[in-house]
Amino acid sequence: MTATRTHTYQRGLPLFHSVFLVGCLPLFLGATLSDYAYANSYQIQWATFAAWLNAGGLVFAGLALLSALISFFRAKSRSIILLIYPALLLLTWVLGFVNALIHSRDAWGMMPIAFALSLVVTIFAGTAVWMGFSRFGHGGKP
Amino acid sequence: MTRALRRPHCYAAPLCLLLAAASASAQEFTRYGPNPTLPEPSRGLLPSMSVPEPAEWGDTLPTVPEGYTITAIATDLQIPRQTLVLPNGDILVAEGSGGNAPSLKPKDFVAGLIKSQGTTSVQSGNRLTLLRDGDGDGRYEEQTTFAEDLNAPYGLALIDDALYVANQDALVRFDYEEGQTQASGPPELITQLPAEINHHWTKAMTASADGEFLYVGIGSNSNITERGMEAEVNRAEIWQIDPDTGMHRPYATGLRNPTAMAIQPDTEQLWTVVNERDELGPDLVPDYLTTVQEGGFYGWPYSYWGQHVDPRVQPRNPEKVESAIAPDYALGSHVAPLGLDFSNAAMGNEFANGVFIGEHGSWNRADPVGYKVVFVPFRNGQPSGDPIDFVSGFLTDDGHTRGRPVGVTVAPDGALIIADDLTNAIWRVTPDDT
Repeated sequence: MTATRTHTYQRGLPLFHSVFLVGCLPLFLGATLSDYAYANSYQIQWATFAAWLNAGGLVFAGLALLSALISFFRAKSRSIILLIYPALLLLTWVLGFVNALIHSRDAWGMMPIAFALSLVVTIFAGTAVWMGFSRFGHGGKP
Repeated sequence: MTRALRRPHCYAAPLCLLLAAASASAQEFTRYGPNPTLPEPSRGLLPSMSVPEPAEWGDTLPTVPEGYTITAIATDLQIPRQTLVLPNGDILVAEGSGGNAPSLKPKDFVAGLIKSQGTTSVQSGNRLTLLRDGDGDGRYEEQTTFAEDLNAPYGLALIDDALYVANQDALVRFDYEEGQTQASGPPELITQLPAEINHHWTKAMTASADGEFLYVGIGSNSNITERGMEAEVNRAEIWQIDPDTGMHRPYATGLRNPTAMAIQPDTEQLWTVVNERDELGPDLVPDYLTTVQEGGFYGWPYSYWGQHVDPRVQPRNPEKVESAIAPDYALGSHVAPLGLDFSNAAMGNEFANGVFIGEHGSWNRADPVGYKVVFVPFRNGQPSGDPIDFVSGFLTDDGHTRGRPVGVTVAPDGALIIADDLTNAIWRVTPDDT
């Protein structure tokens, strides 16, 4: 039997980087759904869920951002185009942080901005996941 | 972040600049009295928070008006809150700290850290201390523990030979005999008080003039319903309680946090001071002094100062808003009044007719307010004129705080007794002999 494949470089995103990146998406999505549930029910528990889910999303997105920056600076080619992915993650994180501050408002004080912002953050996070696994992510390696 | 936490005013600065610009444009800003200026609600991304860090008194004393002297008659207490002057001149001090509200959102952890800077690190006393000046020289040389193992006692009232103590979870009674320095036994339970969560845990209390009823103030379980409406059952109310049977009913509702009550001497009318809601800006909502009308609804949570709807409360309740009574007298936003008592002639001419109010001081404001004892002059049984500083100097010039006033009690012989839960002392202010 002969080896049919040789790894001359690491393929795709490293495991931890992948987990951080993918992990933030369901958390932000959960925050959005919880905000929606609060807006429809006025049940305060949903607002509390949303605040924590968003906080969790920030942790994962933050670690993904860190991983993305490390990847970028370790990559052999530093094409400016490879900055799109970390920039998108940064934008996601900043919006998510603003969203955390909005979610810190008491009761209905966070609405309707909280729901709108959660939705935007989720869309950005989803785009970042797609970017991260595309050829724009991780040093342009497929 | 750690740095910002230690110096909260740093990250509040941009916000307060913004707000200062907004309020500077206002023509005449009325902070006090029956018709305070109520600006538009504002809340930036970060709530303004500023809690002055504690400082030592050293050789300084609080500032009092000319012709008055202040002394510390007890020190090293365990968080004194309210006081009661007994018929023989002894002073009872309720010591302790309550509340078991869990942190709900990520922000509660951060806010808790900041607020804890401005409070004492001493453990809750959960006891009553009795102070006695045996020889009448103004020094309270005798200090005994009257009762212990209480649960965050706050409200105190004496009706004949019964001493009532409002713990954070129950109203209890001790038998009291004049001259007693120690309770003769464990207290008897009169009635349980709402204590679930206890976001606002203090149970302020006063007795009606005829001794028929006790009034107990029960604060709301949140700033503005952020713990859910279910948590607000039996909250933000003043209860009228029959001390013999423990039967009770809501006497007035919609009072967010009634932290002290007193009976007006001539009219026998019940008055209270209320801590209003936060996070609507540095000049909203004014804390207030008001008469308490039987069956009256004072707005919380749906509206403030009468019919000003609070948009943070959903679902809304227009009928309740319609029925809301506007309070009598604004004390200024965020000053945190925690003590109230009517003055008497023995306090001296200028301060004979009116109320003293202990202001614990703000946290939800970039520029601290309160941190003093004010006197609100009365005329014809109603507040008349702006509050006058009676005891100040708790805040230092460099933005630290040496003490924070809580309960105030006027002794019949002309002395103002002030509990200070940061200095952990009792102050006594007396007019000089003339």
